[in-house]
Order: sequence, then C-alpha cells, then structure tokens
Amino acid sequence: MNPQAQVTTLKIDDREISAHADQTILDVAIENGIEIPTLCHLEGLSEVGACRLCLVEIQGTPKLQPACVTRVREGMEVVTHSERLQKYRRFILELFFTERNHICSVCVANGNCELQDMATTLGMDHVHYPYLYPNVPVDASHDLFGLDQNRCILCTRCVRVCAEIEGAHTWDVRGHGIDSRVFTDFNEPWGESVTCTSCGKCVNVCPTGALFKKGKSVGEMSRKIDFLPYLKKMREEMK
Amino acid sequence: MTREELDAIGEKELAASQQVKHRLNVCLAAGCMSLQSDAVLASLQKNIKERGLEHECHVKGVGCLGLCKAGPLVAVEPNGVMYQHVTANEANEILEALDAEPLAQLALEPALPFFNRQTKISLENSGVIDPERIEEYIAQGGYAALAQVLNELTPAQVVEQVTRSGLRGRGGAGYPTGLKWSTVVKAQGAQTRESVQKYVICNADEGDPGAFMDRSMLESDPHRILEGMAIAAYAVGANQGYIYVRAEYPLAIKRLKIAIRQAERAGVLGSAIFASPFNFHVELRMGAGAFVCGEETALIASIEGGRGLPRIRPPYPAEYGLWGKPTLINNVETYALVPSIIRNGSEWFANIGTEKSKGTKVFALAGAVQNTGLVEVPMGITLREIIFDIGGGIPDGKKFKAVQTGGPSGGCVPKQFLDKAVDYETLTQLGTIMGSGGMIVMDETSCMVDVARYFMEFCMTESCGKCVPCRVGTVQMYNLLTKITQGEATLDDLALLEELCDLVRNTSLCGLGQAAPNPVLSTLRYFREEYVAHIQDKKCPAGVCKL
Repeated sequence: MNPQAQVTTLKIDDREISAHADQTILDVAIENGIEIPTLCHLEGLSEVGACRLCLVEIQGTPKLQPACVTRVREGMEVVTHSERLQKYRRFILELFFTERNHICSVCVANGNCELQDMATTLGMDHVHYPYLYPNVPVDASHDLFGLDQNRCILCTRCVRVCAEIEGAHTWDVRGHGIDSRVFTDFNEPWGESVTCTSCGKCVNVCPTGALFKKGKSVGEMSRKIDFLPYLKKMREEMK
Repeated sequence: MTREELDAIGEKELAASQQVKHRLNVCLAAGCMSLQSDAVLASLQKNIKERGLEHECHVKGVGCLGLCKAGPLVAVEPNGVMYQHVTANEANEILEALDAEPLAQLALEPALPFFNRQTKISLENSGVIDPERIEEYIAQGGYAALAQVLNELTPAQVVEQVTRSGLRGRGGAGYPTGLKWSTVVKAQGAQTRESVQKYVICNADEGDPGAFMDRSMLESDPHRILEGMAIAAYAVGANQGYIYVRAEYPLAIKRLKIAIRQAERAGVLGSAIFASPFNFHVELRMGAGAFVCGEETALIASIEGGRGLPRIRPPYPAEYGLWGKPTLINNVETYALVPSIIRNGSEWFANIGTEKSKGTKVFALAGAVQNTGLVEVPMGITLREIIFDIGGGIPDGKKFKAVQTGGPSGGCVPKQFLDKAVDYETLTQLGTIMGSGGMIVMDETSCMVDVARYFMEFCMTESCGKCVPCRVGTVQMYNLLTKITQGEATLDDLALLEELCDLVRNTSLCGLGQAAPNPVLSTLRYFREEYVAHIQDKKCPAGVCKL
C-alpha cells in the first residue's frame, strides 16, 4: 500500500495523534502544535539529523532518536520533553556556544538569530564548559554578502539550499572534526566563486549571523525564509 | 572452470610440493617485510641456485607466520623448524642445516604454546601458502566451498548454514551474520528477486590503533576473503562486490589486485562462475585514511564518491545501502570464516566457542607482552590464557596492569578479571567490547589517565564533524583529560568530564561518537584512584605524566 494512504495512530507526550505512515515525528509534532527544538532542520530541505536538538525518547527503544528523520509507527509512544532531554538539549546548545565566537552584542543577527532564540527557549543563561575561542576568518570578498566563520554552527543549511534548491552546489564542508568549515567552490574566496549565482538563498536560510548581507550593522540583519516551502510546492505542482 | 578442473589444479599443486625434500617458507607479510624478509628470500633463492639444490629444496614467500616480534621468520617444512630474526647473511647456514640438526642459535623452541594453543580457521593458510598464487589456495581446498554452494545449495540453504553456525560479525559489534544476510535477501521491495540490484561490501577499513588482523589476513590469504564474499553474494543475490581497504595497506592492496585478477582468469570470480549462471565481480576501493569510514554508512558514502560522513540509521544498509540498493556489509574476518563453515558444516563451527559466541576470533597482540603478533583462539578462552600462555606474559619482569580491547571504542580490563572468558557478552559486562580484535597489553608503567587521553585525542581528530556532541564534546573531554594529566584539574573538572561522557554517548549520531567516551568510562570504573591522585595529590602513580 502507498505509505501516504496508510494511517497510523501514535502518542506524543500522552496525546493521541493520527499520522500518515510516511511522516516523521517532527512533521506530526509541528502539525499538532507540539514544539520540538531544531536548528539544522528547515522545511523544504533534506534532513541531516546533525544538530541533535530534536532527540526524543521512544518507548521501547533504549537510544534517543532524532525526530526529524524518525518515521512514525503504529502505537509508538514518544516523549518530546523530559527532564533528561531538556538537560541534554541545554548541554548541546552550550557546546555550540563554546565552539565558535558567538558574541551577540556585536553580531548582525542579534535579535534575529535562531541560536539566540534557542538559548532563550531552553533557558540557557550561561555556559558551564570552557570556551574554545578558535581563530577563524571572515570572508568579505563577495560584493553583496559576507561569511563570518565565528558564528557558523555547521548546520549545513547553506550547503543544502545551494545544492538542492538553487542547484549550484557552491557551498560544502571541508576538513573534519573541530576543523570543519563551510567553504565555496575549491576554497577560493566567495567573491571569486565561479558557481555562485549570488541568489542569496544561503544567506536567507542561515540560522545565525554566519552569512549576512553587507551593509547591515549590529542587529540589523533580517531574513526571509518562507520562500522555501513556496518553491517546493511550486515545483511539485510543475511535476 | 569445473569442479573436476579445480580438484585437478589442487592435486597437481600438492604433488609438486611433495616432490621436494625441503620447503622453506619465508614470511612476506608487512611486519617481516619491514625487517627485510624479502632480502632473506632473495638470498635463500640465490644460495639454492648456487648449490644446485633447486630440485630438492623449494623456497617461497608466504603470509604472516604469527609471531611478529621474532621476525623475520622462516619456517622449514616438513620438519617443522622455525627460525627467528633471520638475516640475509644466514641463508647459507640455514641451507647447510637442512639435512642436519637445526641451527640452535636461530631456531625457535619447538612446541611453543604460542603456536600449539591456537585454533586456526581464518588463519589456517596464513604462513602456509604463497598469497600471490591461486593454485596454492586451491591446493588447500580453496574455492571448493564456492563450487559446492553453486552446485548443491540454494541461496536460502547457504543463509541457513551461516545462521546455524552461530557466526557473529567480527567487526566488533557481534551482530548475527546469518540474520544480516537474511535481511538483505528479504530486502527487495515490490520487485522480484532477480531484478533488484544488490551489493556485497567487505569492510577492510581497519583503523583501531594497534590492530592489524584485517591487514594480515588480506596479505596472507586474499583468496579466502574473495571466496567468502562470493558465497555471500550468491546467498543474498548480489552480482557486484566492493572491498573497501585503507590506502595505508599497499601490500594488502597489491595482493588483492593479484588475487582478483587470478580468480577472474580461473573462472572462480567474474562472469559465469564455475560455469553457472552466477556472476560476481569485485572491485577495490581505497580509503583515504579516515577512521570514521569504518562505520558502514560513512563507508558507503565514501564508495559513492562523497565525503565519508555517517548518516542516521535506520534505514540500514541491508535495506538502503550503496546507491540506495540493498547492501550486505561484513568485516574481513567474517568473510574469511565463511568458506570453512561451508566446507566443514555449521555444526562443526558451532561446536567451537561458547553458548552465544561461536567459533574463533583473531587478535592482534600488542603492547607490553612477550609474544607480540597475530593469534587465533576459540571464543571462551580466558584473557589470562591469551596474555600469559600464548602471549608469554609481561616482559622485563613487570607487572600486568590492564588489557585494552576494542580500540578507541572499547575499554580496559584490569587484572582481577583475567580469568573471565573472551566472548561478546562477558566483555560487554566488563565495560569493554570484543571489537575487531586489537588487544593492547599494559604493564605498571602505563598511566590510565594518559591512556584515556590518548584514545580521546584519537576520537577527537577522527571525528567527522557532522554532529555537535562528537565534534565539540570530544574536544572538551580531551582538554579536560589534558588538564588532569598536567595536574591542573579540580574534582569539578572530573564531574564535568563524567557529565560529558554521558552526553556524548547518548546524543552522538554514529558509533564513533557514541563509543568515544568508553575508554574514559572504563578507566574511571577500574582506576578512579589514579584520576584522583592526579587531581588531589598532583601525582601520577605510574610516573608517566609530568605534573
């Protein structure tokens, strides 16, 4: 049977909920107004399950599962908010903050930043791990946009939107482990990239101030990300 | 190639080898090669020629003879003498002693427990055959299992044989091999069996520090792996296989290439194998040195040409693997055991080992142990037997402290558990894992905090960087461990370290991150006082750390 036609019922946080068999826990939670924190997820892009904030508990499974890629099953019992999950989420968020130099007061995205919002949502008011203070560069070679590695959380939204939606695949990640960096083409400065179409999609999907429009000062950066579901829908209709 | 032709090749080869009076086997695996065993071989060949002994004395290069610490090794058949630390200059003396008493100064003691306490299955041809000649493998019964499978068994019967043998994955996690095969058989979606493209992959991306089982097996007996893969391919319905091997193993790669070419030419690999409708082609893929590519989904991404990044499972490769097709992926040693299971029957295999862990396991003995080298032992043997009987104990009169298994994903076992049996469940209970077979013995001069720091540094540099707990968590843990070994840490730091262990273990995306805290957790479990000594007394009990 077509999985879209198959209907299942499950429990999320003790609420009885119905879903299509091909939906993820996150899809169903969003539909039903249950908030699960996410950073790398963005509607319209493929899922990578990398930020680990959407981990949920599933009864009968010892391991925590990411809601963004885990499909619903008949009779599944999901817990999205437990003390343990909230603790892990806060610690993971703290690791993000220690990894690069996130200084909101001098950031273009101040007040318009998903990382900052997440800290507020999860009640993270301080960081109890040592900061790593890496020495990472800023690339301001592009005419319209800039890349500030200090703010990057490696969610790879820019990589995915560029490859999957724009079709240019200008962005990718190089290096590994703590030395991972987003970069353009064969690591030329962004301004010299031959594949970049300057469409600005990457800047609009970036959750932090890592990718920004030039000419914006502290707290002035705003973005438009509702183009994604629209583009996705239009393309599906064209098919 | 038919079954009769195969037998004829084997018989001819055996007859030829029995015609000569003496057979000298020179180890040409990487360990002895690095000690110039190839020069020993050349010198022996030259001397034989000069003496005109070609018809009564045959010398050849073979795979690993096991006792790596005594290399270069030369074994003399049929009288069973083994010479150690042989140099090219000693070729003459060895040849002179062939018809007389063995050279006392070079010969290893006869009947060493190192050799006669082992049970060799996957290593049965190691050190016996020339790995660059398919005829020698055939003479030892090679490819007979494949011929038997193709002529007499249905794919379902092969899967049943493997299931009944109780074989579990030798890559470390111990997943039942028969079950894995049967899931790949079943994975076919709406299409019929014939129309689904499936793949078989051999994981030879051995990366644990101190482990060299896969390398040695590939260098010593490459045809065995090919035969195992072909049997697996027939069982699951695949026609294409890949061996993912690290580029750091040039000798293994060279011998695999030779083996694949020879097997295809002989008609035991490639198209219409044994004149049956079964096709199976094998290609090599070389890894660029990333440890995480030993993780199956990262390995598949790497074969596909992408970055070696793991992805979330499920779907498992059995369902959605290489290029989205059902894929069977097993470790080198798992495939190496398959031909023997088919030849000797599943009951024979299931009679070796323990209730839940069947058969034998190959270990690479390394570290503070007399007999470093490669050993194959039945499951259920105790750690004491491996380290003290086979391994010969700790050198220089030092005391045993702990043994580390499973590499950076494993843990250490202290002396009070030396009499525990080596099987998957017991090792897990002890806070470590079977792992792929690395076994590093440590004496009293090892600092356990420093050991934990070493493995954490390994995980930190090998993290792929995809998920944040592993990417940043391993750096934080490494920094804390460094702080402890420098005597600058407080008990709060220790608490923070334990909290991070819990976080990284439970929230990382793949096995690398989930297992990265294991060396810390296991050293904390058994040697907590050493951590505390570094922190409170500013002392390193083993005298390793400069505080």
